[in-house]
Amino acid sequence: MTGAGFSWNLLADIRVMWSFPFMVNAFRAGAIVAVVAGVMGWFMVLRRQSFAGHTLALAAFPGAAGATLIGISAAYGYFGCCVAAAVVIALAARHRGSTGSRAAESALTGVVQAFTLACGLLFVALYQGFLNGTTALLFGSFLGVTAGQVVLLAGAGLAVLAVVAVAGRPLLFASVDPDVARAQGIPVGALSAGFLVLLGAAVAETAQITGALLVFALLVMPAATAQRVTLRPLASLVLTVMIGWLVTWAGLMAAFYSPYPIGFYVTSFAFAAYLAAQLAAAARGRARRRPALAGAGVPA
Amino acid sequence: MNTAHSAHPAAIVVPPRRAAEPAAGTAVLELRNAAVRLDGATIWSGVDLRVGPGEFVAVLGPNGAGKSTLLKALLGVLPVASGQVTVLGQPPGRASRRIGYLPQRRSFDASARIRGSDLIRLGLDGDRWGLPLPFGRRSRAAARRVAEAIDLVGAAGYAGRPVGECSGGEQQRLLLAQALIRQPELLLLDEPLDSLDLPSQAAAAALIGRICRDQGVTVVMVAHDVNPILSHLDRVAYLAAGAAAAGTPAEVITSETLTRLFGTPVEVLTASDGRLVVVGQPEPPALHTDRHAGGGTP
Repeated sequence: MTGAGFSWNLLADIRVMWSFPFMVNAFRAGAIVAVVAGVMGWFMVLRRQSFAGHTLALAAFPGAAGATLIGISAAYGYFGCCVAAAVVIALAARHRGSTGSRAAESALTGVVQAFTLACGLLFVALYQGFLNGTTALLFGSFLGVTAGQVVLLAGAGLAVLAVVAVAGRPLLFASVDPDVARAQGIPVGALSAGFLVLLGAAVAETAQITGALLVFALLVMPAATAQRVTLRPLASLVLTVMIGWLVTWAGLMAAFYSPYPIGFYVTSFAFAAYLAAQLAAAARGRARRRPALAGAGVPA
Repeated sequence: MNTAHSAHPAAIVVPPRRAAEPAAGTAVLELRNAAVRLDGATIWSGVDLRVGPGEFVAVLGPNGAGKSTLLKALLGVLPVASGQVTVLGQPPGRASRRIGYLPQRRSFDASARIRGSDLIRLGLDGDRWGLPLPFGRRSRAAARRVAEAIDLVGAAGYAGRPVGECSGGEQQRLLLAQALIRQPELLLLDEPLDSLDLPSQAAAAALIGRICRDQGVTVVMVAHDVNPILSHLDRVAYLAAGAAAAGTPAEVITSETLTRLFGTPVEVLTASDGRLVVVGQPEPPALHTDRHAGGGTP
């Protein structure tokens, strides 16, 4: 990547990286995205809306490609298209809400997903010579994050987090126990629609670092890992954010000191964390079962 | 032919614990000539029901009679088409903080990564906006309330486990604790004994009866089999054929009343151990027939 190689002296390595303004921007953007994606992903995993999240992520692709085609900043394309897709899914889900059919919602989500992907392909075809950028749109890039983009990410991220801070508890209630939440006067339908819109914004942020196809590296993996480790809502939320932040910065560092893309590193590190959590949970389960079995063997 | 199971001896001949009709002006909930329509179809109409403080009332009736609909109308989740409904002195939906609600057949699948105690805590302050502080006086008070609710239903052994790993009976107790944590004046329970095995049914019925008595909570419970709760009941409301009959079990669960309600001959038999069996009760065709095929009074 640069003349300076990786030296295992982490402080010195970081000092080298941070002497480049584009890397400072990338680290800032990465931190913002990791926090926002972690929080929204935590709720998404709890609500089992990963499929909707995936669809919103794919909407990032035509958004960015379309924005490039008409000559505006890709960031606007990301936000515009992801939030628009979220609104479509939310409206349709609401429309069918009286029958409460989850199957219908998932079918419609699939329809939106296929259509957005097709649009993205069209935009890429229309903008000839753009093809080199397609890989970055799909699999992520940390080059060329501007200071203006960091400000936009921070602003949108803060807005998302502020809404979650206010509505988090009723959203948690409505996510795990919608019938009782509704009976307690919580606007379950409105919360569900609002959540999708926020998720769209979070996905738009994440896709700018990880690419449209690898959004789940930051949206699903840290949350799934943390929910494996602890059952406490607040603790697992904090852990989700920490894991996301760590794998993003580690991924940036690895991508800086190697010729391979950041999407691969972030996803692999997140996957390693998930694997470690699963193995630890399995080992813990076996340790818990063993004394019980031993006890059963003792004659009464 | 319906056969009922579960043993609660000779409850039908025991006189009611309290007056058949609550005194005027003290009703916890009151329906007057009420009707509910869903998608243009009248579910029931002309329903009159008064429930006094501390009473244990069962809502009975065949499938599709609108038992769950009645609870949802009381909660204000479904609108009342005509007539008057008052809940805790207010129109439905206004007093939701004073009502504990247990919806029908709620179960959490094995992958639900939330502890029973967190679920109970949501019943206390899950509808508040803003972030709770994980420390301080308020947080300690909340934790104490959760612990009390867990003790009340005897769920201490599994409240810290993921709710998806608890058995059906354990989940039902956790959810009952969630419904009770705000010390509601009115408990609306929708078939809480459904899907429990017989010993768990008897234990849960006894628990609900004890809470009704000791805490002075009014309980309105939808049931498809009256026998497990018969000995705890003050009154029943029997919904059928778009109408309702209310009174003590001895008044309502009789051949005469049910024949009048259904409009076809229905016979109530009392088994030697006191269980009630309703014979000839018409069932709506092809609707949940699996569950009621040959089972359940009413």
